[in-house]
Amino acid sequence: MKNKLVLILLIIFLIFCFIVLFKALNNNSIYSPKNVINKTIINFSLPDLYTEKNISSDEIFKDSKFYILNIWASWCMPCRDEHPLLMQLNKNSKIKIIGLNYKDSLVNAKSFINKFGNPYSLIVTDKKGIISIELGAYGVPETYIIDENKKIIKKFVGPLNNKALTEINLLIK
Amino acid sequence: MKIFTFLLIYILFSFAGVNSAEHNNNLGNKISKNVRCLICQGQSIYDSQSEFAISMKLVIDKKIEEGLNEDEVYKYLKSKYGAWITYDPEFNKKTFILWTLPILLFLLGGAIILRKLILNKF
Repeated sequence: MKNKLVLILLIIFLIFCFIVLFKALNNNSIYSPKNVINKTIINFSLPDLYTEKNISSDEIFKDSKFYILNIWASWCMPCRDEHPLLMQLNKNSKIKIIGLNYKDSLVNAKSFINKFGNPYSLIVTDKKGIISIELGAYGVPETYIIDENKKIIKKFVGPLNNKALTEINLLIK
Repeated sequence: MKIFTFLLIYILFSFAGVNSAEHNNNLGNKISKNVRCLICQGQSIYDSQSEFAISMKLVIDKKIEEGLNEDEVYKYLKSKYGAWITYDPEFNKKTFILWTLPILLFLLGGAIILRKLILNKF
Protein backbone atom coordinates (compact mmCIF):
# COMPACT_ATOMS: atom_id res chain seq x y z
CA MET A 1 0.00 0.00 0.00
CA LYS A 2 2.76 2.40 1.06
CA ASN A 3 4.90 1.51 -1.96
CA LYS A 4 1.92 2.10 -4.23
CA LEU A 5 1.40 5.58 -2.76
CA VAL A 6 5.08 6.46 -3.24
CA LEU A 7 4.91 5.22 -6.84
CA ILE A 8 1.78 7.30 -7.57
CA LEU A 9 3.37 10.39 -6.02
CA LEU A 10 6.55 9.82 -8.05
CA ILE A 11 4.54 9.47 -11.28
CA ILE A 12 2.59 12.66 -10.50
CA PHE A 13 5.87 14.48 -9.82
CA LEU A 14 7.41 13.23 -13.07
CA ILE A 15 4.32 14.23 -15.07
CA PHE A 16 4.46 17.66 -13.45
CA CYS A 17 8.16 18.04 -14.36
CA PHE A 18 7.45 16.89 -17.90
CA ILE A 19 4.62 19.43 -18.36
CA VAL A 20 6.72 22.30 -16.97
CA LEU A 21 9.74 21.45 -19.13
CA PHE A 22 7.61 20.80 -22.20
CA LYS A 23 5.91 24.18 -21.81
CA ALA A 24 9.30 25.84 -21.34
CA LEU A 25 10.47 24.32 -24.63
CA ASN A 26 7.99 26.48 -26.50
CA ASN A 27 8.99 29.65 -24.68
CA ASN A 28 11.39 31.96 -26.39
CA SER A 29 14.46 32.32 -24.20
CA ILE A 30 15.64 35.38 -26.10
CA TYR A 31 14.46 38.65 -24.63
CA SER A 32 11.84 40.22 -26.88
CA PRO A 33 10.92 43.87 -26.48
CA LYS A 34 7.12 43.71 -26.45
CA ASN A 35 6.78 46.15 -23.61
CA VAL A 36 7.04 49.38 -25.54
CA ILE A 37 4.80 48.40 -28.45
CA ASN A 38 1.55 50.38 -28.66
CA LYS A 39 2.84 52.84 -26.11
CA THR A 40 3.21 56.52 -26.80
CA ILE A 41 6.78 57.63 -27.16
CA ILE A 42 8.17 59.51 -24.15
CA ASN A 43 8.63 63.25 -24.19
CA PHE A 44 12.24 64.28 -24.40
CA SER A 45 14.48 67.12 -25.37
CA LEU A 46 17.90 66.52 -26.87
CA PRO A 47 20.53 68.64 -28.67
CA ASP A 48 20.82 68.57 -32.44
CA LEU A 49 24.08 67.01 -33.68
CA TYR A 50 24.95 69.99 -35.86
CA THR A 51 23.43 73.07 -34.22
CA GLU A 52 23.70 71.67 -30.64
CA LYS A 53 20.38 73.42 -29.98
CA ASN A 54 17.88 71.48 -27.86
CA ILE A 55 14.94 70.05 -29.78
CA SER A 56 11.86 68.64 -28.07
CA SER A 57 10.07 65.46 -29.13
CA ASP A 58 6.98 67.58 -29.88
CA GLU A 59 8.97 69.46 -32.50
CA ILE A 60 10.42 66.27 -33.93
CA PHE A 61 7.22 64.23 -34.25
CA LYS A 62 4.84 66.70 -35.84
CA ASP A 63 4.67 66.73 -39.60
CA SER A 64 4.81 63.20 -40.93
CA LYS A 65 2.58 60.13 -41.11
CA PHE A 66 5.29 57.72 -39.98
CA TYR A 67 8.57 58.16 -38.20
CA ILE A 68 11.56 55.92 -37.90
CA LEU A 69 13.63 56.57 -34.81
CA ASN A 70 16.99 54.92 -35.28
CA ILE A 71 19.42 54.66 -32.38
CA TRP A 72 22.96 54.52 -33.69
CA ALA A 73 26.58 55.30 -32.90
CA SER A 74 29.73 55.66 -34.96
CA TRP A 75 31.48 53.05 -32.80
CA CYS A 76 28.77 50.48 -33.46
CA MET A 77 29.74 48.10 -36.25
CA PRO A 78 26.22 46.69 -36.95
CA CYS A 79 25.10 50.32 -37.51
CA ARG A 80 27.34 50.39 -40.59
CA ASP A 81 25.64 47.25 -41.91
CA GLU A 82 22.16 48.72 -41.67
CA HIS A 83 23.10 52.17 -42.93
CA PRO A 84 22.52 51.40 -46.66
CA LEU A 85 19.00 50.21 -45.76
CA LEU A 86 18.28 53.47 -43.96
CA MET A 87 19.51 55.33 -47.05
CA GLN A 88 17.04 53.25 -49.05
CA LEU A 89 14.18 54.01 -46.62
CA ASN A 90 15.00 57.69 -46.84
CA LYS A 91 13.66 57.67 -50.42
CA ASN A 92 10.15 56.99 -49.10
CA SER A 93 8.38 60.32 -48.68
CA LYS A 94 5.87 58.88 -46.19
CA ILE A 95 8.46 58.53 -43.50
CA LYS A 96 10.70 60.84 -41.60
CA ILE A 97 13.86 59.21 -40.27
CA ILE A 98 15.24 60.57 -37.03
CA GLY A 99 18.65 59.55 -35.79
CA LEU A 100 19.37 59.27 -32.10
CA ASN A 101 23.12 59.27 -31.69
CA TYR A 102 23.95 57.13 -28.64
CA LYS A 103 26.93 57.89 -26.39
CA ASP A 104 29.15 59.10 -29.16
CA SER A 105 31.66 61.85 -29.80
CA LEU A 106 30.25 64.63 -31.99
CA VAL A 107 33.31 64.55 -34.26
CA ASN A 108 33.07 60.80 -34.85
CA ALA A 109 29.32 60.95 -35.40
CA LYS A 110 29.71 63.69 -38.00
CA SER A 111 32.51 61.90 -39.82
CA PHE A 112 30.37 58.71 -39.87
CA ILE A 113 27.59 60.66 -41.60
CA ASN A 114 30.04 62.30 -44.01
CA LYS A 115 31.48 58.93 -44.93
CA PHE A 116 28.31 56.84 -45.26
CA GLY A 117 25.67 59.46 -46.14
CA ASN A 118 22.86 61.04 -44.15
CA PRO A 119 19.51 59.21 -44.23
CA TYR A 120 18.19 61.26 -41.30
CA SER A 121 15.97 64.32 -41.42
CA LEU A 122 17.32 65.19 -38.02
CA ILE A 123 19.96 63.80 -35.67
CA VAL A 124 19.78 64.33 -31.94
CA THR A 125 22.50 63.29 -29.51
CA ASP A 126 22.02 61.28 -26.33
CA LYS A 127 25.43 61.70 -24.69
CA LYS A 128 24.66 59.90 -21.43
CA GLY A 129 22.27 57.34 -22.92
CA ILE A 130 19.51 58.25 -20.43
CA ILE A 131 16.84 58.96 -23.06
CA SER A 132 17.64 55.71 -24.88
CA ILE A 133 17.06 53.77 -21.65
CA GLU A 134 13.85 55.70 -21.02
CA LEU A 135 12.76 54.72 -24.52
CA GLY A 136 13.28 51.07 -23.55
CA ALA A 137 16.39 50.51 -25.65
CA TYR A 138 19.24 48.33 -24.52
CA GLY A 139 21.80 48.67 -27.22
CA VAL A 140 22.66 49.97 -30.64
CA PRO A 141 21.36 49.80 -33.27
CA GLU A 142 17.70 49.84 -32.44
CA THR A 143 14.85 51.10 -34.58
CA TYR A 144 11.37 52.26 -33.62
CA ILE A 145 8.53 52.72 -36.08
CA ILE A 146 6.23 55.43 -34.78
CA ASP A 147 2.88 56.51 -36.20
CA GLU A 148 1.42 60.01 -36.47
CA ASN A 149 -0.10 59.71 -32.98
CA LYS A 150 3.38 59.17 -31.57
CA LYS A 151 2.58 55.54 -30.85
CA ILE A 152 5.36 52.97 -31.22
CA ILE A 153 4.01 50.37 -33.64
CA LYS A 154 7.12 48.27 -34.08
CA LYS A 155 10.56 47.93 -32.63
CA PHE A 156 13.58 46.26 -34.20
CA VAL A 157 16.47 45.26 -32.00
CA GLY A 158 19.78 44.95 -33.79
CA PRO A 159 20.63 45.97 -37.34
CA LEU A 160 17.85 46.26 -39.90
CA ASN A 161 17.91 43.64 -42.63
CA ASN A 162 15.94 43.02 -45.82
CA LYS A 163 13.20 41.18 -43.89
CA ALA A 164 12.81 44.16 -41.56
CA LEU A 165 12.74 46.48 -44.57
CA THR A 166 9.85 44.49 -46.12
CA GLU A 167 8.04 44.61 -42.79
CA ILE A 168 8.50 48.38 -42.52
CA ASN A 169 7.23 48.89 -46.05
CA LEU A 170 4.15 46.83 -45.21
CA LEU A 171 3.53 48.82 -42.03
CA ILE A 172 3.66 52.18 -43.75
CA LYS A 173 1.56 51.17 -46.74
CA MET B 1 26.47 84.29 19.28
CA LYS B 2 24.79 84.91 15.90
CA ILE B 3 27.80 83.52 14.09
CA PHE B 4 27.74 80.46 16.33
CA THR B 5 24.01 79.88 15.61
CA PHE B 6 24.60 80.37 11.91
CA LEU B 7 27.50 77.90 11.95
CA LEU B 8 25.44 75.36 13.87
CA ILE B 9 22.55 75.59 11.38
CA TYR B 10 24.99 75.40 8.46
CA ILE B 11 26.67 72.28 9.87
CA LEU B 12 23.31 70.60 10.56
CA PHE B 13 22.08 71.31 7.04
CA SER B 14 25.35 70.10 5.56
CA PHE B 15 25.00 66.82 7.44
CA ALA B 16 21.39 66.49 6.30
CA GLY B 17 22.52 67.01 2.69
CA VAL B 18 25.31 64.44 3.02
CA ASN B 19 22.92 61.95 4.65
CA SER B 20 20.34 62.42 1.90
CA ALA B 21 22.96 61.97 -0.84
CA GLU B 22 24.32 58.90 0.95
CA HIS B 23 20.82 57.47 1.30
CA ASN B 24 20.14 58.02 -2.42
CA ASN B 25 23.48 56.46 -3.28
CA ASN B 26 22.78 53.40 -1.12
CA LEU B 27 19.30 53.00 -2.58
CA GLY B 28 20.72 53.36 -6.11
CA ASN B 29 23.27 50.63 -5.38
CA LYS B 30 20.63 48.38 -3.82
CA ILE B 31 18.36 48.70 -6.87
CA SER B 32 21.29 48.27 -9.29
CA LYS B 33 22.16 44.95 -7.65
CA ASN B 34 18.65 43.65 -8.33
CA VAL B 35 18.45 44.84 -11.95
CA ARG B 36 19.58 42.48 -14.67
CA CYS B 37 22.03 43.70 -17.30
CA LEU B 38 20.18 42.68 -20.45
CA ILE B 39 23.23 42.61 -22.68
CA CYS B 40 25.71 40.97 -20.29
CA GLN B 41 24.52 37.53 -19.27
CA GLY B 42 24.53 36.71 -15.59
CA GLN B 43 25.49 40.16 -14.36
CA SER B 44 23.57 42.82 -12.54
CA ILE B 45 23.94 46.37 -13.76
CA TYR B 46 25.81 47.07 -10.51
CA ASP B 47 28.54 44.62 -11.53
CA SER B 48 28.63 45.52 -15.21
CA GLN B 49 30.59 48.30 -16.88
CA SER B 50 28.76 48.00 -20.22
CA GLU B 51 27.30 51.12 -21.84
CA PHE B 52 23.80 49.80 -21.13
CA ALA B 53 24.54 49.29 -17.44
CA ILE B 54 26.18 52.71 -17.04
CA SER B 55 23.17 54.43 -18.65
CA MET B 56 20.76 52.33 -16.59
CA LYS B 57 22.51 53.36 -13.35
CA LEU B 58 22.15 57.01 -14.39
CA VAL B 59 18.43 56.49 -15.06
CA ILE B 60 17.98 54.84 -11.63
CA ASP B 61 19.78 57.76 -9.93
CA LYS B 62 17.61 60.21 -11.90
CA LYS B 63 14.41 58.44 -10.85
CA ILE B 64 15.51 58.43 -7.18
CA GLU B 65 16.26 62.15 -7.42
CA GLU B 66 12.79 62.66 -8.89
CA GLY B 67 11.44 61.16 -5.67
CA LEU B 68 10.53 57.61 -6.72
CA ASN B 69 10.90 54.95 -4.04
CA GLU B 70 12.43 51.49 -4.58
CA ASP B 71 9.20 49.79 -5.70
CA GLU B 72 8.32 52.65 -8.03
CA VAL B 73 11.74 52.44 -9.70
CA TYR B 74 11.27 48.68 -10.27
CA LYS B 75 7.77 49.31 -11.61
CA TYR B 76 9.12 51.94 -13.97
CA LEU B 77 11.88 49.64 -15.26
CA LYS B 78 9.42 46.75 -15.67
CA SER B 79 7.13 48.99 -17.73
CA LYS B 80 10.03 49.54 -20.13
CA TYR B 81 11.74 46.16 -20.13
CA GLY B 82 9.30 43.64 -18.69
CA ALA B 83 9.42 41.65 -15.43
CA TRP B 84 12.64 39.96 -16.51
CA ILE B 85 14.66 43.11 -15.80
CA THR B 86 14.67 42.40 -12.06
CA TYR B 87 16.23 39.36 -10.42
CA ASP B 88 13.37 39.12 -7.96
CA PRO B 89 10.35 37.72 -9.83
CA GLU B 90 7.00 39.14 -8.74
CA PHE B 91 4.17 36.90 -7.56
CA ASN B 92 1.66 36.41 -10.38
CA LYS B 93 -0.13 33.59 -12.21
CA LYS B 94 3.01 32.75 -14.17
CA THR B 95 5.29 32.58 -11.13
CA PHE B 96 3.01 31.20 -8.41
CA ILE B 97 4.47 27.67 -8.75
CA LEU B 98 7.96 29.11 -8.38
CA TRP B 99 6.98 30.83 -5.14
CA THR B 100 4.65 28.22 -3.61
CA LEU B 101 6.36 24.95 -4.55
CA PRO B 102 9.33 25.31 -2.13
CA ILE B 103 6.93 26.17 0.72
CA LEU B 104 4.71 23.20 -0.13
CA LEU B 105 7.70 20.87 -0.32
CA PHE B 106 8.98 22.24 2.98
CA LEU B 107 5.60 21.66 4.65
CA LEU B 108 5.33 18.20 3.12
CA GLY B 109 8.82 17.29 4.34
CA GLY B 110 8.01 18.66 7.79
CA ALA B 111 4.77 16.64 7.90
CA ILE B 112 6.61 13.42 6.94
CA ILE B 113 9.28 13.99 9.61
CA LEU B 114 6.63 14.84 12.22
CA ARG B 115 4.63 11.74 11.35
CA LYS B 116 7.73 9.55 11.66
CA LEU B 117 8.59 11.10 15.01
CA ILE B 118 5.07 10.57 16.33
CA LEU B 119 4.98 6.97 15.06
CA ASN B 120 8.37 6.22 16.66
CA LYS B 121 7.21 7.66 19.98
CA PHE B 122 4.16 5.47 20.24
